[in-house]
Formats: sequence, C-alpha cells, structure tokens
Amino acid sequence: MEIILLLFFILILAIFLGLELISKIPSTLHTPLMSGANAISGITLVGALSLDTGSNLQMILAFSAITFASINVFGGYLVTNRMLRMFKKK
Amino acid sequence: MEFDLNIMQQIGYIFSAILFIYGLKMLSNESSAARGNVVSSMGMLLAVLVTVIEIVNPVLVLSAMLLGALIGSAFALKVKMTSIPEMVALFNGFGGLSSFFLAWSEFNNLSAVSLIMILSFMTVLIGGITFSGSVIAFLKLAEILKGDNNFLNKALRWFLIFSLLFVIIAIGQVIAGGLGYELINLALIQKIFIALLIISLLAGLAFVIPIGGGDMPVVISLLNSFSGIAAASAGILLTNTALIVAGCLVGASGLVLTLIMAKSMNRTLYNIFFVGYESSSSNAAEIDGEIKPISAEDAYLVVEAARSVLIVPGYGMAVAQAQHVVKELGDLLEENGCEVSYGIHPVAGRMPGHMNVLLAEANVSYDNLLEPKDINPTMETVDIAIVIGANDVVNPSATEEPGSPIYGMPILEVYRAKTTIVLKRSMASGFAGVQNPLFFKENSRMLFGDAKESISKLVTEFKD
Repeated sequence: MEIILLLFFILILAIFLGLELISKIPSTLHTPLMSGANAISGITLVGALSLDTGSNLQMILAFSAITFASINVFGGYLVTNRMLRMFKKK
Repeated sequence: MEFDLNIMQQIGYIFSAILFIYGLKMLSNESSAARGNVVSSMGMLLAVLVTVIEIVNPVLVLSAMLLGALIGSAFALKVKMTSIPEMVALFNGFGGLSSFFLAWSEFNNLSAVSLIMILSFMTVLIGGITFSGSVIAFLKLAEILKGDNNFLNKALRWFLIFSLLFVIIAIGQVIAGGLGYELINLALIQKIFIALLIISLLAGLAFVIPIGGGDMPVVISLLNSFSGIAAASAGILLTNTALIVAGCLVGASGLVLTLIMAKSMNRTLYNIFFVGYESSSSNAAEIDGEIKPISAEDAYLVVEAARSVLIVPGYGMAVAQAQHVVKELGDLLEENGCEVSYGIHPVAGRMPGHMNVLLAEANVSYDNLLEPKDINPTMETVDIAIVIGANDVVNPSATEEPGSPIYGMPILEVYRAKTTIVLKRSMASGFAGVQNPLFFKENSRMLFGDAKESISKLVTEFKD
C-alpha cells in the first residue's frame, strides 16, 4: 500500500510537470505534439513485455498488447519525424 | 556491492523519463522540435532495453513487436498529410487498447479479491473507452460515419449514464470484497469484470457517436489524454514508474490541447460533449446585403494590385488538398512585391495544428503563420484577405451578434480587411450551421468552386 501511495505521488508530480511543459508548446506544433504523444503512450509496450503467457488467453492478450503498443511506438515516432522535418524557416 | 539487474532497470527508467521530458521541452521550439522527437524516441528505446530482462516468452514478444513495427511503419510512411487527423485518432485507440489488454491480463493473474483490482477496473474502463471512442472518431474523420440521428443520440446518452452507474456499483463491490466482506468472492468479481470489459467498449461508442464531425479536434485531444491516463493507470497497477511518468505526460498533453480547443471555440467541455451545436438556441437574424460573386479573372485583377495579402485556410483547403497551389500563389504574390502572411485559427481543420502541418508540407515558412491575436490588431492594413474553405472561424457573428450560437468565439476578423475574397464550394453553412454575414458584407466577394481549381486559375492568370 505504501508503494502505491508513492506511485500516486509520482503520478501527481508528473501531471503538473506535463501541464507546464505542454502549455509552452506553440500551436504551430500541436499536430506533431499529438502524434509524438501517441508514440509516448506506446510506453505500455514496457509493461506488456513481461506479461504472463501461461494460458492461451494470456498469450493472446500479451501478443495483442505488445502489437498495438509497438504500432504506436514505431508509427508515432516515424510520422512525427516525417512531419517535423517539413517545418522550415526561410 | 552485488550487480543487481532490478536496480539497473530502475536507473534506466529514470534516464528514460529525463529523455521523455527533455524531448517534449525541445518540442516547444520549431528549430529544435525534430531533434526533440529523436530524444524522446531514445527514451523509449532505453525503457524497452532495460525491460528485456523481464521477458518471459521471447518468441512471442519478438514476433508481436515485429508485427507492430511493420504495421506502424507502413502507416507512418504511407499516410497523406491531409489524413493525419484520422491516423492520430486511430493511434489513440491503439494506445488505449494496449492498456486494456494489459490490465485484463494482469487481472487474470489475481487469485484473491483485493483493492488492487480497482486499478485493473479503472485501466480497463479508460482503455476500452479510448479504443472504441477513437474508432468512432476515426470513422467520422474519414467521413465514413455521420452522427445525426437524434433519437439514437439520446438513447446513447442514457446508456452512458447507465454505464456510469454500473461502474460505480462494480467498484463498490470490489471495495467491499477487498475489505473482507465475505459474500463477494472471486468468481463474482470475475463475472463483473467480464461485464466491465464489454461495457467499457460500448461506453466509448455511446460517448463519441453523438458528437459532430467539427468537434473532432476536441474529441481526439481528449482521447489522446485518455490514452495517456490509461497507460499511467496501468503503470500503478504494474508498479512501473516508466509507464506512470510517460502516461502522465501524454495525459497532460491531451488535456492542455482539449482546453485550448474548447477556449478557441468559446464553449465549455460540457457543451461540446453533451449538448452540441444543434441544440443551442439559434435565432437567425435577417442578414442585410447581397452575395457578390466574382470570377477568377476579376479576382486576379484585384489580387494583383494588392500590397498585402492575408491567406486564411480552413478545412476546405485540406479537403481540396490545395496547400501546394496556395503556396504557389503566395510565392507569385511575393514576387509581385506583395506582403503575404497566413492567418491560422486554432480550430481550423480537423485537429489542433492541422493547417500548420499542411502548409509546412507545402514548404511555407512557419514564421509566416500567424495566430488571430497577432493578426487581428493590424487587420485594417490588409488589402486582401483570401479565405480558403474556412467558415465559422471568420464569422463576424461571433463578435457582432450576441444571440448567435458562436457568439464570443475568438475569430480571425477578416471582415475588417479592405477586401475579402471567399473561396467556397457552395453557400452551405459551416459546421456550426450558422449563416455567415461575412459573405454579405459590402467588401466581400465570393469565388465559387473547388478551392484547388480556383487557386490554380489565379496562378495561371499570374503566369500569363
């Protein structure tokens, strides 16, 4: 239980940090920000790597969780990169 | 000291959090943004690498990652810039779905009723809503689905309330069971959990189906936030700090965008999600004046004489894929000694920053893209404002007509420019269903037709 509370503490700090960071991003970059955030939400990949694969159902769940998280990570970072390389100043 | 892999992993997570945070910080400036994205991806790589020690089934993990990498890369490299909103919507859904499966799998490992189950319930709920809601948002953005059945929409609202009640009762049961109340055994909680899996998916449908296509920028921002919250919630469930920090950053990002969008429309979130434009009272006042159409040839003569031009793109530019010809016109005007800038409203298009990406694709320099607050004070000095497929974001009712549903929304005040040329396919009103007095103003001219064709004609006239 103590660990859970500590984790909530991290959660609260991370939310405030996130709000501060994001409100400084100009509206020009809001679309890349969203697709970059998509990529970061693929962090569930890290949790899915260690899932139990004891039964058939558990195997399917682990496989799906890893696949969808990987789509986000690879797709998200690549498309964000594609977009940001187009932003140029002349 | 013994070499402890777990400690190494925790240290790895700390560094990966630093990389995520620094990557987002670099995103606050156009010149460092591309590097920021790379920094953030390094954070992800590090987090995955230090987790490799925990892998139970390497074959399954590798094949699933490979499959995901292939699908994700194919999406990312193939998608057209005009379809980015659909892709982001779909990816929000995948993030939510991943958390949904993660929490489901973890729940199956629990062998006794405990308070930890609340976290599984919450993660499944948010993940499920994010997934099914995002699929609907995707279908609406791709214009496959339209939600204008009023009876169905009312029924769905009721279903949403029912779902909420169910969730409250379900969590109450878990708390009672977790505190040792004997009537609630594992078998019962497992049944409730299965019901929750289904209800969370249905609730996502019920939430997004009634929301109109033009409100999608707000909806995908909110779902973006949800996908992060689901990941953070899964992180607490797994006691994994990397998931918590990264999830919260995404959650905060989506939340900030949601609030910016709502503010730019001068509407509350409640109004956007549960009322919609159609129910707002609209006492349409009679509009004085008449529509004055203009031909492309005449429009050329007007534009050719201008010293300063403001281009205001909207969703119509995205639909017509006109960003490249718009840029060509801008270049020709500049060669002609005219000052060209672009007025970008925060809610123009179908997602936050949509217009900026399209114009960036067409090689428009980002320091020429101005927000309403930058351009409105000097609007009188603009000779010609060219409105390309934008409607509600330039509607003067927002400042002049207190009864209008969009009254109070900050707009680009192009009606104050010396002349306004509006490119439009027909006289249909914008998403808000409000008639636009701008078209009837003395200094407005309407150039009817497909945006891309009309601008191409102007460009040809310039070249001759």
